[in-house]
Amino acid sequence: MSWFDAARERTARDILARYPKSKSAVIPLLHLAQEQEGWVTPAAMAEIAELTGTTAAEVLGTGSFYEMFKFHPVGTYMVNVCTNVSCQLLGGEELLHHVESTLGVKAGGTTDDGMFTVEDVECVAACTEAPCFTVNYRYFHRADAEIFDEVVADIRAGRSPIERGVAGDAGELPAHGTLGRVRQQIPGDRRAGVVPPEEVEGAPSWMASMAGAPAGEAAGEEEES
Amino acid sequence: MTGSYVPHAAGYVDNGGPKVVTSRFVHEDSYTLERSLATGGYEGLRSALVRPPAEVHAEVRDATLLGRGGAGFPAGVKWGFCPEGVWPRYLVVNGDESEPGTYKDRLLMERDPHQLIEGCLITCYALGLSQCFLYVRGEMALGQERIATALNEAYAAGYVGRNVLGTDFSVDVTLHWGAGAYIVGEETALIESLEGNRGMPRLKPPYFPAAIGLYGQPTIVNNVETLANVPWILANGAAAYKRMGSETSPGTRLFAVSGHVKRPGVYEVEQGVTTFRDLFYGDEFCQGIRDGHELKMFIPGGGSAPWFFEDHLDLPLEARDVGAAGSMLGSGAIVVMDETTDAVRACHRMVRFFARESCGKCSPCREGTNWEEKILARILDGHGRPSDIDLLLDVGDNISPGPYPVAAHPDEGLDAVPFPPRQTTICPLGPSSVAPITSTIRRFRHEFEAKITRGDGIPVTAAALAGEGAS
Repeated sequence: MSWFDAARERTARDILARYPKSKSAVIPLLHLAQEQEGWVTPAAMAEIAELTGTTAAEVLGTGSFYEMFKFHPVGTYMVNVCTNVSCQLLGGEELLHHVESTLGVKAGGTTDDGMFTVEDVECVAACTEAPCFTVNYRYFHRADAEIFDEVVADIRAGRSPIERGVAGDAGELPAHGTLGRVRQQIPGDRRAGVVPPEEVEGAPSWMASMAGAPAGEAAGEEEES
Repeated sequence: MTGSYVPHAAGYVDNGGPKVVTSRFVHEDSYTLERSLATGGYEGLRSALVRPPAEVHAEVRDATLLGRGGAGFPAGVKWGFCPEGVWPRYLVVNGDESEPGTYKDRLLMERDPHQLIEGCLITCYALGLSQCFLYVRGEMALGQERIATALNEAYAAGYVGRNVLGTDFSVDVTLHWGAGAYIVGEETALIESLEGNRGMPRLKPPYFPAAIGLYGQPTIVNNVETLANVPWILANGAAAYKRMGSETSPGTRLFAVSGHVKRPGVYEVEQGVTTFRDLFYGDEFCQGIRDGHELKMFIPGGGSAPWFFEDHLDLPLEARDVGAAGSMLGSGAIVVMDETTDAVRACHRMVRFFARESCGKCSPCREGTNWEEKILARILDGHGRPSDIDLLLDVGDNISPGPYPVAAHPDEGLDAVPFPPRQTTICPLGPSSVAPITSTIRRFRHEFEAKITRGDGIPVTAAALAGEGAS
């Protein structure tokens, strides 16, 4: 009986099949566990250890290095405000203070109703769009107190605030734990095949067949031009 | 042509210059397979697959495609470091963009994932790589969705996976999510992370994972923007690529200009032709410093780069010249600060970043960055001591001994010490924390002193004590 629910157990098997060594799946599976529960529980780590042939201690050892994994319950909505230099120059710290006073928690804290966790984060790669904050890792560019208040009002009213964010992003804002709402799916008949490195003998077979390929025609044209 | 924002490509400005990696950004659906195919997508792959792999490698080597992740090492040369006869070999794409000020790989992943996937496929073909891992920064949820969707489309349409485009060439491209750690952008830390470990850099040598990388096998690690250039090079040829940019830095680069400019944005710029002055003040670029203000300083290449000042404005955006002047173009991240900027506060924020992101493996960095941060914090809080300025430089010297790269400045009697710095650590993170400190102290020492002594030569703490006694 897996700790993961049925659909996620299938996803977990899928993920494991993509790596030549199963320990590589530890981080993707931690994300999957966080998607199911909103945080990484001890039971989840034991399950991931089982699936990847490691120990729960190794899973915690890896997971605790990374900021996105939470080993205690956090809010349904993770509000990350960037205060690194590009955002600092244009009011990122003031925005963080507004967020903290509006929600009534300091960075690192969670509101009493379990809705919001606030974090003071490092550069999120939106520097030209400063200041910037994210909610469950969806971006809100050129933000100010007003935009933040609208986003909070949307969430409290059960509306998705995503359209207020980065151009082209749309749809529902999932609860904390879900990152991409689309997963990679590799159809069985399209898979090139994953082999553990110790079982690989020599160069891929196509190297030989393609090396003699209709050499040089396209190349010749380009070099002359 | 004065350039304009492209509304659906957040922050991207079409400046009317030549386009290698942003040509599809004008289309709102630039991330779909349909749009990609309608605008020359996968043509580079098609022209690669009719040539022997070694010839494809040669084409990229001839183009002198410099790595866009920060170090600027030629990709084609790096590709040649795989030892003969050792198999399997892997490709790991570094999409863990998190250098302060850097915003380009996220845009490339969100706006044109097929171009990146095509670049990966060509690279795997050229080098006989068995599998590609596309490591995307964990926080980039939209980027992950766009790449996942693009991979699903590309697998279904026969561009990725078994028998690519009906040929014998077969390769799997696997999307992998990070989970929040700046240091994972260092290539050996990236590999550790991909193996399911804490993302700590590996001891060197070997200097290049091309010798010993993922699972101990030869591994090529390339930045997203680097690989995004590859399809164009194969479709148009190395000769055409070299007609853009300068001889030592051909092609274009993405620069994210943030901070106190009128039009911050991501610009695709010909290397070595445009200067910082053009970029900050040009009509087609940033259009000047915000109204009523003037330039105080700027960071030319991400949080790890020594800072530049007004006298560096006429340097071209060319790695060689910027290196000789004591800094680097790094990851194409330019942060512009006007005269309202508190140099000590900005310096502290940058150092706090390195202190938080130090992985803890090497003691000079683990201890040093944290002490730098604490000392700067106490200066800001009014508890600084007159000896703190020298103490900061001394701590920095323990992480990066000897003359630290600083921008040349005639008024200060400073000669440039070219990048990169010496280091007592395995990776450059610790030494990077020294850049903001030396840059600001050498140029704005008086601002530090003013915070420590309020300008009267008496330390703030001593003055406060005296004040208490008097009242």
